[in-house]
Amino acid sequence: MDIEQEAQRPSTEDVPARQRPPVIEPGHTFASVTDKISAIVLTRGLRWGWVIGFGAAFLLTMALLFSIAYLVAVGIGIWGVNVPVGWGFAIVNFVWWIGIGHAGTLISAILLLLRQSWRNSINRFAEAMTLFAVACAGLYPILHLGRPWLAYWLFPYPNTMSLWPQFRSPLIWDVFAVSTYATISLLFWYVGLIPDLATLRDRAEHRFAKSFYGILAMGWRGSARHWEQYEMASLLLAGLATPLVVSVHTVVSFDFAISIIPGWHATVFPPYFVAGAIYSGFAMVMTLAIPLRKMYGLEDFITLRHLQNMAKIMLATGLIVAYGYMIETFMAWYSANEYERFMIWNRMTGPYRPFYWSLMLCNVVTPQLLWLGKVRSSVPALFVIAIIVNIGMWLERFVIVITSLHRDFLPSSWGMYWPTIWDWSTFIGTIGLFLALLFLFIRFLPMISIFEMRLLLPGADAKEKP
Amino acid sequence: MTKKPIYGLMAEFESPAALVEAARKTTQAGYRNFDAYSPYPIEELHEAMEHRRGYLPLIVLIGGIVGGLSGYLLQYWVSVINYPLNIGGRPLHSMPAFIPVTFEMTILAAGIAAVLGMLAVNGLPMPYHPVFNVPRFALASRSRFFLCIESADPRFEHHETARFLESLAPREVSEVAH
Repeated sequence: MDIEQEAQRPSTEDVPARQRPPVIEPGHTFASVTDKISAIVLTRGLRWGWVIGFGAAFLLTMALLFSIAYLVAVGIGIWGVNVPVGWGFAIVNFVWWIGIGHAGTLISAILLLLRQSWRNSINRFAEAMTLFAVACAGLYPILHLGRPWLAYWLFPYPNTMSLWPQFRSPLIWDVFAVSTYATISLLFWYVGLIPDLATLRDRAEHRFAKSFYGILAMGWRGSARHWEQYEMASLLLAGLATPLVVSVHTVVSFDFAISIIPGWHATVFPPYFVAGAIYSGFAMVMTLAIPLRKMYGLEDFITLRHLQNMAKIMLATGLIVAYGYMIETFMAWYSANEYERFMIWNRMTGPYRPFYWSLMLCNVVTPQLLWLGKVRSSVPALFVIAIIVNIGMWLERFVIVITSLHRDFLPSSWGMYWPTIWDWSTFIGTIGLFLALLFLFIRFLPMISIFEMRLLLPGADAKEKP
Repeated sequence: MTKKPIYGLMAEFESPAALVEAARKTTQAGYRNFDAYSPYPIEELHEAMEHRRGYLPLIVLIGGIVGGLSGYLLQYWVSVINYPLNIGGRPLHSMPAFIPVTFEMTILAAGIAAVLGMLAVNGLPMPYHPVFNVPRFALASRSRFFLCIESADPRFEHHETARFLESLAPREVSEVAH
């Protein structure tokens, strides 16, 4: 018998009495956890499923590049935007993507501070999801500029034109919020990867893999002194990322709330946007986690417990979002402002009413099923609900952006917005980009944090007598 | 100082508790230049090795203050001194409007300081380190626990230290070449 297996014989006693599924299935050791997760990365060759999935995502990415190339050549006239709806798919998709990213930071930072150790098995790929979602989100405002090659004008830098950004504009705040968010998410993710990169370096057999992971691991050797600083840095980063994640969607909501458009100019926007972001983000984590654990046989590490916990967070944030819709409607009536009243009436009964009512169905009605323990324990049901919530959150942004703009103060300037083929190809293209990056990530980096999984093992406790 | 023939002596342990116990005894025996290696962070080790709390939090605090100040001052200088614009009659020094950027700059600089500070304090990246000369040390990132007493320690004496390490009941003790 392998001596490694013998050393840390885990006890099966820590399955709680209340029949809650465990965070990690019993029977694992330091060695088995390490080998199982690193084997996904360190095998030679490619699986067929991976090749087909990546190939499809790559084709969609090419569609994105083609759409961008055509956009740069011709201009944003190829999109459906015009007066009065100047913010079309670009902003809808920007807000949708950036919201999705929020769950990753919530899992990695807020749940770390709250000592929720179940997060250990989902934080890595949730953070990767954040990064890729922010990458997709970041494209849209830049493309929407009309002259994307001048995007660097948004940053304050000394220039020969003697021009500076207008710091009273929420759009400039957005530049700072999103770029800070992307930078901090990347740093946090990379710091979390360092010990696992060292594991891969020590376990890799191929020379190229050894040096690839070796360079990235920067000579990490698991020294106690290093761990101490490392833990401190992670904790500080978590403390910094927590207010950051709340601020990012707040600033995104300011893009709307600071304006005077009926339907946008509302004080409920920041908390309602943040809750919506976390709601959609957890839906996306669930959408990705369920097929991943199945395909790579990770049911031992991403257990039903994780899915149930995420379902509960979705239910809670879904209720906050529902409260936001309610207050929006209430305030429109209570404000006695005829434009506000017209706006909400137009949402419910106007030309875009199918969007509004499907949004209610997806975001308010469907998640109520999560109250039932049976639904929370059914993996297919959770998967379907997560996808419905993803669609619902996209519809929410569509309703907020489009219906508020298309009928503003003067009936003479009313108009309709319909996306063109280029709007769709750009949107579907970013989904392709997101998935392509995700496929590369699961092939080349450990999708579950190995060293944090070791911490979950019963043998990890140093207090027991040797 | 003449270079010692070896970098140090390394003992391998099979459980975290054994490593913590060994680290405690090594500290009590008066060794200072030694280090423990584990596949995941072990809180008890810091106490056993009598580590002082580092100054990383201070680095991050300074980073945050510098970031926040530079963010605010940049906006003040641009909006009030260098490029004053009348935006709907608002004051040039629009303090509330300057808060979001100040906040983001604080977080950005503090976060970068945390990462670069952690790497700097730990002396990373480090392309070469003698502990990797022990073949079994590859398990330090998988399932095993190591303790290495360095020859740079004033109390280090090859046979004496080897005997001491053997007394800690390790799986094995090996020499670490430079």
